[in-house]
Amino acid sequence: MISEKIASVFNEPDCEKNRGKTAGERKKGCGTKGLTPGAAAGGCAFDGAKIALQPVTDVVHLVHGPIACEGNSWDTRNVGTSGPLIYRWGFTTDLSEMDVIHGGEKKLYRAIKEAVAKYAPPAIFVYQTCVPALIGDDIDQVCKVASERLGLPVVPVNAPGFVGSKNLGNKLGAEALLAHVIGTIEPSDAGPTDINIIGEYNVAGEFALVKPLFDELGIRIRACITGNSRYRDLAGAHTARVNMMVCSQAMINLGRGMRERWGIPYFEGSFYGIGDTSQTLRTIATLLVERGATADLIARTEALIAREEAKAWAAMAAYRPRLAGKRVLLYTGGVKSWSVVHALQEMGMEVVGTSVRKSTEDDKARARAALDQNTGKVGELFGAIANPEMYRMFRDGEADIMLSGGRSQFVALKARTAWMDINQERHHGYAGYDGMLELVRQMDIEINNPVWAQVRAPAPWDPPAASPGVTPLIPAGRRAAP
Amino acid sequence: MTLSPPATLVRSRKALTVSPLKTSAPLGAAMAFMGIDGCLPLFHGAQGCTAFSLVMMVRHFREAIPLQTTAMNEVTTILGGLENIEQALLNITKRTHPKVIGLITTGLTETRGEDMVGDLKTIRQRNPVLDDTVVVLTSTPDFSGGLETGWGKAVSAMIATLVPAGPQPRDAERVTVLAGCHLTPGDIEELRDIIEAFGLRPTILPDLSGSLDGHLPETWVPTTLGGTPLEEIQTLGRAARTIAIGEHMRISGALLEERTGVPTAFLDRVTGLEAVDTLMSLLAEISGRPVPMRLRRQRSQLIDALMDSHFSFGGTRLALAGEPDLVWTLGTLVSGLGARLQAVVTSVDAPFLAGLDTEEVVVGDLEDLAERAGGCDLMIANANARLPAERAGVALFRAGFPILDRLGVAHRVALGYRGTRDTVFALGNALIEAAQTAHAPTAHPANTNRAEEGADHGRSPLALG
Ligand code: SF4
Repeated sequence: MISEKIASVFNEPDCEKNRGKTAGERKKGCGTKGLTPGAAAGGCAFDGAKIALQPVTDVVHLVHGPIACEGNSWDTRNVGTSGPLIYRWGFTTDLSEMDVIHGGEKKLYRAIKEAVAKYAPPAIFVYQTCVPALIGDDIDQVCKVASERLGLPVVPVNAPGFVGSKNLGNKLGAEALLAHVIGTIEPSDAGPTDINIIGEYNVAGEFALVKPLFDELGIRIRACITGNSRYRDLAGAHTARVNMMVCSQAMINLGRGMRERWGIPYFEGSFYGIGDTSQTLRTIATLLVERGATADLIARTEALIAREEAKAWAAMAAYRPRLAGKRVLLYTGGVKSWSVVHALQEMGMEVVGTSVRKSTEDDKARARAALDQNTGKVGELFGAIANPEMYRMFRDGEADIMLSGGRSQFVALKARTAWMDINQERHHGYAGYDGMLELVRQMDIEINNPVWAQVRAPAPWDPPAASPGVTPLIPAGRRAAP
Repeated sequence: MTLSPPATLVRSRKALTVSPLKTSAPLGAAMAFMGIDGCLPLFHGAQGCTAFSLVMMVRHFREAIPLQTTAMNEVTTILGGLENIEQALLNITKRTHPKVIGLITTGLTETRGEDMVGDLKTIRQRNPVLDDTVVVLTSTPDFSGGLETGWGKAVSAMIATLVPAGPQPRDAERVTVLAGCHLTPGDIEELRDIIEAFGLRPTILPDLSGSLDGHLPETWVPTTLGGTPLEEIQTLGRAARTIAIGEHMRISGALLEERTGVPTAFLDRVTGLEAVDTLMSLLAEISGRPVPMRLRRQRSQLIDALMDSHFSFGGTRLALAGEPDLVWTLGTLVSGLGARLQAVVTSVDAPFLAGLDTEEVVVGDLEDLAERAGGCDLMIANANARLPAERAGVALFRAGFPILDRLGVAHRVALGYRGTRDTVFALGNALIEAAQTAHAPTAHPANTNRAEEGADHGRSPLALG
């Protein structure tokens, strides 16, 4: 049954990548690609499903499996909450050898019961993982029985790690919402300016930077799927007029599914970058008016955009002298790249390259266009850069700062180069106009930290240039003043 | 040592683990392989386990962690993993030229039950390019044991695979130390200093101090960038003595003695006056030299420190959680200063913890700890106990693995006279601070309570952000 579900996710008709594939390629799916044994690999499908759903802050996220899956990962994602903390407690059945031999279904049921008794959540999400999937634990059935007997929604999330990548897991998480959650509660207050935001996980609580813009326009976020959301928000999400997809790759199946079942149109937008934020607001206003909101929303939105853009650029201008001429390597999953490039260029920074590892062709074109806007200098689009090559780039002084996720930070730091986290674990919100200002501010703090001069200076007893044939660790241009 | 009756070991009867204390055995094994020079640990399993373990070690040690996966998927899991192992070994050898590959099984591949030894033989026959790469196979199903278990199994596998059986000519100045995973890279460095002060030459296995001590290599190294050299492991039979530190090193110590005839001395811990005295006497005996003056001076400093600090510990109630050897080490230390262990929780069955001066030792999770910690003066546990500690209204002192939110944890030293002294001061200061906070007019914020959270369930969808 799980394989059917996966096949259907692979067949996603709205996926642009998919449309470009032959039938045969499509059948192979997108999850198993890139999984070369012995070459770098990322998270599993379970990880992806958990990332997608864990930001639901008031439910018990119960991981069915041995300790590896939850014990090594709980409460490490920095997604914000405005209230409930239950999503951060880390729940698992912690299967033992005996459970594996005898099957884990009974233990799972007991665990669900204990969770209800102790934490009284509005719902429980149960995650399937590799080992119980392999021994044939039927979590759908256990969840169904538990739901009936205990009288609360118990939602199976069927995404054991071995079925594929994190990305596939995001979609399987979305499938679970579509199959068991969305549309199960009828809110009494549905209105003409209700929207959902899909694929916004509220990393570092950054949605708070965007939320006031919607408040001001009188646009209600019915559900943020799933950043800082409550179970009831999700269950009533089908009454929204428009869906915004923050990252089409993560949950496109949810957007399409909601369009098909409830006629809600979706579009892809982004809160990263000033131009993109404005464009996103514009699109939402237009779509809402098309769907019955009063026409003045468009004018009000334009006024807000004009005001916020002017404010943001004015505030950012202060950083220009401190950042102009500095070189940035953007090494992200992709989507964020082109959104941020423009702002960096406005700061007079040179984007020496941006990675497009996980990007669609469309993303790549946008990234290329963004880089070309640069004054004559054209940055590069990278695929994955091997660590030794990346290290060489930094050592040779080809970039002054890298923006990336935490895993590659040491390639920069070991080469004594500035680094900033722009992924899951970061502690600053970068969404919206205020977020872009924050990004620039953080970049100034990082790149102009006096520590770089200290750590790059050679020891007093080391000759300024190393012996011939050896690349000096510190390129001449970057040496601290004597 | 203690007059009280032995502690009862209680296994938590819950089906639901909340706020896990335990991390997985494969993670422990991978960490052990981080202590071999030029090594690349490889998980045989689906890719997620690798990613989780990698990220956790990266964030704890704040160092690059080479760790690879055989990337099993649904199909290969059913058909068997030989081809994935083969491809992984070939890819890794081609790309990173490791001296040693630590091949670590996971729950997924153990559930299926593969003939890994046979598979490896087949792979070697088919691929002579692998002739120069040493592979150490470690069996660590996720569903049995925790971090220390995995570490212990990996060290035993290293010995069984790399140390030739049979007696070898002895070198009177060489000692082997089998170090448990509760010792930090900083501890290992301290231990090496102490042993060298006796004119002895230590081989420490595994040696995290070479690879995870945060130094800057001159080029990018795709494997571990330091640790116990392979040649030294192969000649452990030449040492005059083996010292195994920590209960989870006991089996490895016995195995090494059995293979080489080198007698193993077992030390249950190397923190605390009495325990360090034992270490010193042992080193004096092995080397035939007196305890160096520098160390004697440190001993008297420690005694002074114990007297200065005991006022802060006496009569306090503590909650302690961690892997067994960590709990043993810190538990005996604080009991020895007059603190009472009100709640002790450990991750896996560990009968030797009955020797702790406490009523019961619970094999459980951080929820168990929080439930028993009410009224305690301080909680000692890993960083995951942050919320549980808040919930119990008790200040947290971070110890163990993982500690993701503090700097320099790899350099902390609790070993030896000096390390004990610093640890006693750090704990004592935490107690002083906790007491001050408790007495301050603005007491610490109320516990996160369920009723409040519950009230939030019905919030309007508008109330986001
Ligand atoms: S790959 Fe499987 S066993 Fe490993 S973490 Fe993911 S779900 Fe758990």
